[in-house]
Amino acid sequence: MTTTYQPDIEDLTLDANAVGGLLIEIFGTDMTAVLSQCAHCGNRGEVATLRAYVHAPGTVLRCGVCAQVVMRIMRTADGHYLVDARGAAYFRV
Amino acid sequence: MATIEWRLATVAQIREETPRVRTFVLDLPDWAGHLPGQHVDVRLTAEDGYQAQRSYSIASEPHSDAPRSAQIELGVERVEDGEVSPFMHDVLMAGDRLEVRGPIGGYFVWDGMAPDPVLLVAGGSGIVPLMAMVRHRSATGTRAPVTLVYSSRTRDDVIYHDELAGLAAHADGPRVIHTLTRSQPPGWTGFDRRIDRQMLEGALDGTAVSTQAFVCGPTPLVESVAEALVGLGFAPGRVRTERFGPSGG
Repeated sequence: MTTTYQPDIEDLTLDANAVGGLLIEIFGTDMTAVLSQCAHCGNRGEVATLRAYVHAPGTVLRCGVCAQVVMRIMRTADGHYLVDARGAAYFRV
Repeated sequence: MATIEWRLATVAQIREETPRVRTFVLDLPDWAGHLPGQHVDVRLTAEDGYQAQRSYSIASEPHSDAPRSAQIELGVERVEDGEVSPFMHDVLMAGDRLEVRGPIGGYFVWDGMAPDPVLLVAGGSGIVPLMAMVRHRSATGTRAPVTLVYSSRTRDDVIYHDELAGLAAHADGPRVIHTLTRSQPPGWTGFDRRIDRQMLEGALDGTAVSTQAFVCGPTPLVESVAEALVGLGFAPGRVRTERFGPSGG
């Protein structure tokens, strides 16, 4: 039997665990084990369970259940990060 | 306020594990130690200032007796059109230095303290962070029952094959179940299909309720395995997943 995983858009998806270093840089602490709630569907889970899209400019984290955007992170030309987290109801830090 | 600093690591040794995967042993001064399952970020800077950065899982177990400096091992799969892994495979040599920050991650980690059974499910190079857990268990003598279900394409693609066989040969070693999905050598007695519910049910041997699962591999494997485990009675919180894509390149 021969089965292989075909690369497709799903293969470009990572978990937010993969951007854990970036999140420490921004928030000053490990965020991957922090509980968050999606503002769209109400799902609660660790930040690591969000899907991370890192191929576009900036980083987008989406809910693992409803796929809506939870957080967008952009780096500005002067070295700051712009964090749009309106897709999160809360983070429990 | 950055609490995570880039530091220079020195490549101590490079080992070929499979035709596509190499182990990079790094010397790290002032390394605070890590937990099995964590990763580091690796950053390369070109002469014109262009930077590329990727995350690579740590394959080695923590060394509790070396708090001020340590070696860690990274398992790196060569991604053909990647920016970082081809450089690491083709250019990097022992003695070279590269920028590393970490350890990173507080979710996909296993410290070996709980006595509960552990199910590890790996696809391809997804074995790397799980190998740190297997090695940690062996190094500390933790007796939490560990079962590894490991899917590879062919026999030549099985990373850490001999070491896993050696550990599994011990009476109190981990149970290791291989499946080869693309081709199997003559006389192969393991599985020859993608990991499915029936295979996982057999691996669990009725212990689902108290088992903690760690699943690492390509997205389709991670999602089908996580769904199967929840179907077998796992609470979603007992199934921790990490997707491994070509974006690791």
